Amino acid sequence: MKGNSIKVDYLARVEGEGSLVARFRGGQLKEVQFKIFEPPRFFEAFLRGRSYREAPDITARICGICPVAYQMSAVHAMEDAFGVKVEAPIRDLRRLIYCGEWIESHVLHIALLHAPDFLGYEDAIQMARDHPQVVQTALKLKKVGNDLVALIGGREIHPINVKVGGFYKVPRRRDLDEIEERLKWARDASIQLAKWTASLPFPHFERDYEFVALRHPLEYPLNEGRLVSNKGLDIAIDQFETYIVEEHVPYSNALHSRIAERGAYLVGPLARFNLNFDRLSSLAQDVAKEVGMTPPCRNPFQSIVARAIETVYACDEALRLIANYTQPDKPALEVQPYAATGHGCTEAPRGILYHRYRVDEYGTILDARIVPPTAQNQKSIEADLWELIEANADLPPEQLQWRCEQAIRNYDPCISCATHFLKLHVERE
Amino acid sequence: MARTTKPNLAVWKFASCDGCQLSLLDCEEELLEVAGAVEIAYFLEASRATVKGPYDISLVEGSITTPHDAERIHQVRRASRFLITIGACATAGGIQALRNFKDVREFISLVYASPQYIQTLSKSTPIRDHVFVDYELRGCPVNKHQLLEVINALLNERKPNIAAHSVCSECKRQGIVCVMVAQGTPCLGPVTHAGCGAICPAYGRGCYGCFGPKETPNTSSLSKRWKQMGVKEDDLIRAYRSFNADSEPFRRESESHER
Repeated sequence: MKGNSIKVDYLARVEGEGSLVARFRGGQLKEVQFKIFEPPRFFEAFLRGRSYREAPDITARICGICPVAYQMSAVHAMEDAFGVKVEAPIRDLRRLIYCGEWIESHVLHIALLHAPDFLGYEDAIQMARDHPQVVQTALKLKKVGNDLVALIGGREIHPINVKVGGFYKVPRRRDLDEIEERLKWARDASIQLAKWTASLPFPHFERDYEFVALRHPLEYPLNEGRLVSNKGLDIAIDQFETYIVEEHVPYSNALHSRIAERGAYLVGPLARFNLNFDRLSSLAQDVAKEVGMTPPCRNPFQSIVARAIETVYACDEALRLIANYTQPDKPALEVQPYAATGHGCTEAPRGILYHRYRVDEYGTILDARIVPPTAQNQKSIEADLWELIEANADLPPEQLQWRCEQAIRNYDPCISCATHFLKLHVERE
Repeated sequence: MARTTKPNLAVWKFASCDGCQLSLLDCEEELLEVAGAVEIAYFLEASRATVKGPYDISLVEGSITTPHDAERIHQVRRASRFLITIGACATAGGIQALRNFKDVREFISLVYASPQYIQTLSKSTPIRDHVFVDYELRGCPVNKHQLLEVINALLNERKPNIAAHSVCSECKRQGIVCVMVAQGTPCLGPVTHAGCGAICPAYGRGCYGCFGPKETPNTSSLSKRWKQMGVKEDDLIRAYRSFNADSEPFRRESESHER
């Protein structure tokens, strides 16, 4: 590849707008840029002056794929600020709606966005001609996830029922009967999907990542926990900005995150799986073992298997939560705002999503900080691409380009999310 | 991908959250049928295969916020027989149009780190401010059944059957007890475009206007009622200034309450 370059102007099968540039000089790889050119929307700026009550609905609009994640991080941050502690069964309902989002988002990515790469199809509709059963089952499975979000949240995209302190309305036990039956089907179907993903051909590729995820004493992490890594990070979430720093690079509309002491890190299903395998339900653990997926897994292409195992877990956990559910007397706790700062960090399907808000005594937001998962993965994505391109420089350019696109899609990047926090230190005229 | 005789469909994204185009992928039961009826020629969220235009139907998501996008939308228009905008960003500028209410210089001085890296326009504007639009589908996000209805109508050369009345009409038809009358909860339902199925009132919450203004909304009358219920001026302004803040009726109403 002399004096040559790989250029993908619009990456496909990702959410949002990104591109890839790799430049060679004299056969040597000189530059790799994973560019995010999604137009900035300045959420952190216009959150200023809004009520704390509006944070979940406004930040949901950062991402149509994982609105529940934004709503969850926002409500936890506000409740942290005002000293509100939400307990079961409202806490369980939050886990339940989050399980729905994991199912729909994971299955969307596994079957519709990522799997076609492994089998050489341009998209899932082409793949459906040869693998109709896989695509149809995946669509049905995704629908169970969407319907679970809609049942608890009112609709699947930008749900309307989540509020600081709880929900506007909670379901009666019998409202969950129908989805419970469908989740039983979904659990079986997701096990089949996990087996299928494990049978895909994986490129040989491993790197020594720093995996970062939440860790909870009892649960596989969704809403709460400490932030931990396989290289010694173990902090409360209000320490996030002390240990993780962001930098602005000229070619991207999203800031790059790194751990201050060490550099790039990886968040998402593979990180959660590696750091929290022991917190998976026994069913999900058994499925993982059966398909030969055991921690630590350092091949990012196998994230598709981790995603499928998490789908099994999400179905299993949703069923557990429904079985234990009793309707609370009130849908939400009372919230009394006062001047404070609050932090929230939850596990979006793509990895940790951090929110921090400073509010005044009326609950008006003074400033906001949002760090989405894809922004945190950018450095790892670029490092993967460096290694992948160097190792495969002899592949025909078209194949190499596709392999690079596939490597980016390993992260299920949500570029719409990554851009919004274009931050922006204060420079007054 | 080879050309077929089926009508072809393209999906374009501008500044947005991806949620409206995701609605198409969320049509789980209908997706493969849609794919059978139209050739999906350009849909980057779903496929890396693209077919060159012209396109019979273009669905456009997102608002115009950068100089590059202000150019690109003209290319999309030139390549499209029907151009349909989907969602609050494309039809009203979206939540990012909140910048339109700020003095741009003040805004920039407040938030810019390295302005030389970033290109952005001072306003977020809907697609129809830039090119002719054949049909606008409202909502933040759009309702997927309405999206299918629009595609279906175009394929069958008829007008989409989508009502322009208020959320109140949908709410009454479902027999939901009025949250404003019965609970004293402020609700934008009387002035908001139908299409969501009145989900907020169904969940015991006031409508927050994510489908934007209905046809001929009487916003001043609603504001008067809200004030009688004790809603403060600031909260009233914020209520009109959300996902459809820069739509004409909502913008005028919010500005009329500014001192």
